[in-house]
Amino acid sequence: MGDVRRFLRLPQMPHVLCPGCSHGIVAGALLRAIDRVGLPQDRVAVVAGIGCSSRLPGMMDFCTLHATHGRAPAFATGLKLARPELTVIVITGDGDGLAIGGNHLIHAARRNIDVTCLLFNNEVYGMTGGQLAPTTPEGGVTTTSPFGNIEPAFDACRLLAAAGATFVARGVAYEPVVLEDLIARGLSHKGFSFIEVLTDCPEYYGRYNRLGSPTAMLALQKRSSRDIDARLHSPRAPVLHPAPTRPVPAVDLGVLVQVERPEFTERTRRVMAHARGAAG
Amino acid sequence: MTRPAQLLQGNAACAAGAIAAGCRFYAGYPITPSSEIAEEMARRLPAAGGVFVQMEDEIASLAAVIGASLGGLRAMTATSGPGFSLMQEHIGFAAMAEVPCVIVNVMRGGPSTGLPTSPAQGDVMQARWGTHGDVPSLVLAPASVAEVYDHTLKAFALAERLRTPVVVLYDEVLAHMREEVVLPEPPPGGVPGRRRPAVPPPAYRPYAPDPDGVPPLADFGSGYRFHVTGLAHDEGGFPTQDPATIAAHQRRRLAKVALFREIISPVDTWRLEDAEVAVVAYGIVARAAQEAIEEARARGLRVGLLRPAVLWPFPDREVAEAARAVRAVVVAEMNLGQVVREVERAVAGAAPVIPCCRADGHPITPEEILEAVAAREPAGRTASYG
Repeated sequence: MGDVRRFLRLPQMPHVLCPGCSHGIVAGALLRAIDRVGLPQDRVAVVAGIGCSSRLPGMMDFCTLHATHGRAPAFATGLKLARPELTVIVITGDGDGLAIGGNHLIHAARRNIDVTCLLFNNEVYGMTGGQLAPTTPEGGVTTTSPFGNIEPAFDACRLLAAAGATFVARGVAYEPVVLEDLIARGLSHKGFSFIEVLTDCPEYYGRYNRLGSPTAMLALQKRSSRDIDARLHSPRAPVLHPAPTRPVPAVDLGVLVQVERPEFTERTRRVMAHARGAAG
Repeated sequence: MTRPAQLLQGNAACAAGAIAAGCRFYAGYPITPSSEIAEEMARRLPAAGGVFVQMEDEIASLAAVIGASLGGLRAMTATSGPGFSLMQEHIGFAAMAEVPCVIVNVMRGGPSTGLPTSPAQGDVMQARWGTHGDVPSLVLAPASVAEVYDHTLKAFALAERLRTPVVVLYDEVLAHMREEVVLPEPPPGGVPGRRRPAVPPPAYRPYAPDPDGVPPLADFGSGYRFHVTGLAHDEGGFPTQDPATIAAHQRRRLAKVALFREIISPVDTWRLEDAEVAVVAYGIVARAAQEAIEEARARGLRVGLLRPAVLWPFPDREVAEAARAVRAVVVAEMNLGQVVREVERAVAGAAPVIPCCRADGHPITPEEILEAVAAREPAGRTASYG
């Protein structure tokens, strides 16, 4: 295994993440997974939207596209169709991928295009200062739900499984080794791979909800989750940081879906071959 | 060998021009009155070795186009008003990140859902200022089926040459009318492609301009690793907040668009040499204007046509020159006076500017233009903006 620092743009440091943010743990797992799968550095493209996690590609030494809010799956679709030989990775957040970009995400999954999507779910809008996200637990306090959130949260994995993603997994920042393995399996899977990673925002969500220090929040991840395999049966949206008075069932982690289905880029190539045959 | 004449629809000519230009990626979303472009591309592009994809909306369509263009393909989308509104976000991104792409907007009546099957020219200002910020803009306005082909082809040449989004703007009448055309032999390999870096990957700076202000663009996956962002960025492509760097790139992106004159002439004139009245008209309205001018001349009025083929950057110089030689300028357009004000600005009082405007879903007739020419003063259908 090589030194993954070769995948970093060290002159771009220091990064923009807050002290205590667990996004860096997830980024590290991604880089180690890329290394482990053995992807050539020149053949990796990382496409991101807007938000805290979406700033990470700027620090990664691949072909990187910091696109528009929520639209990374659509940019990635065009890029992958144009250059099928590239490994295209989408980095998105819970607001980016599930609110403004929800439509693009489900359609990329439906097409089963060979893209690996890593969704950082910290249950809040961090870049804009701690507003309500579609993943904020019910009762959770944010700057735009000052009296507690009255909306149910999305279960990203169930949504993506229903939309047609052929690899769906969930990991936590608390378990970077397991996470690295999940990402490596997603990268190796042919088709749309979706990996939700539950991360923390101590600076906003943790502070507003009195969840303690960054390490206390990581410990809460451990207590709130359980490993499963090849099943998808969360009775409700995953919530790692429930409001104190609301007990929530444990969050399922691991590979939740892995099935084979025709991949979109290959299908477009077959259409081209067919059309050329018909024309010739 | 002479090439055969064919009866071609405007939207089919657009698709033919794109494929001839070397377009090998189309992403779009169905919308009247542009859908035939998508249908033609879906049918023809795969055999030409290209990819067609129907996306979930127009936002995604232009996103996919930009992604494919960064992958090295000449790429386009086509839409109409409501879809063009949704595309504004990514027109800004393509301009900011300097990613070549072509956007065709077949104008229909607006605002909102408006008149889906009727012609209009109400998107002229949106094509210039629709996206936020000080954005460069390059907008072509064909006036015949043959010219839809030619302008679409040139839009690719311009996008690739200038590393910027280019809009082809025409209306529902041009989209659906059929004319006999003889299409020229397509350029081998399409129009000249974008300039790619001459330096090895470690030395490549994706926003370091050549002396003409246009930076070379490497393809993703070609061995050049670089960053593309819609944030204000430096020559290396990385976010910056340095005012001098930001200002230099803002001005460079605006300035480079002036190079369009290498590839396309901004205006076309007809019988303007001895004219006392100039009619400014573009798109299908220019065709009505020609008939009005012939009728006016039959009545002894010396009238000529000044037709912007490039709407943005607006041909100030040509309009001002024409205005100095005439007693009045009539502006005919299917909106309530969008180009009228541009003409007033360019003419700067050298001649009265008479609007002949209509935005009710019907094309402007030669008779209406003739009436405005004969009146030589604001009357009847006039511009309605204060």
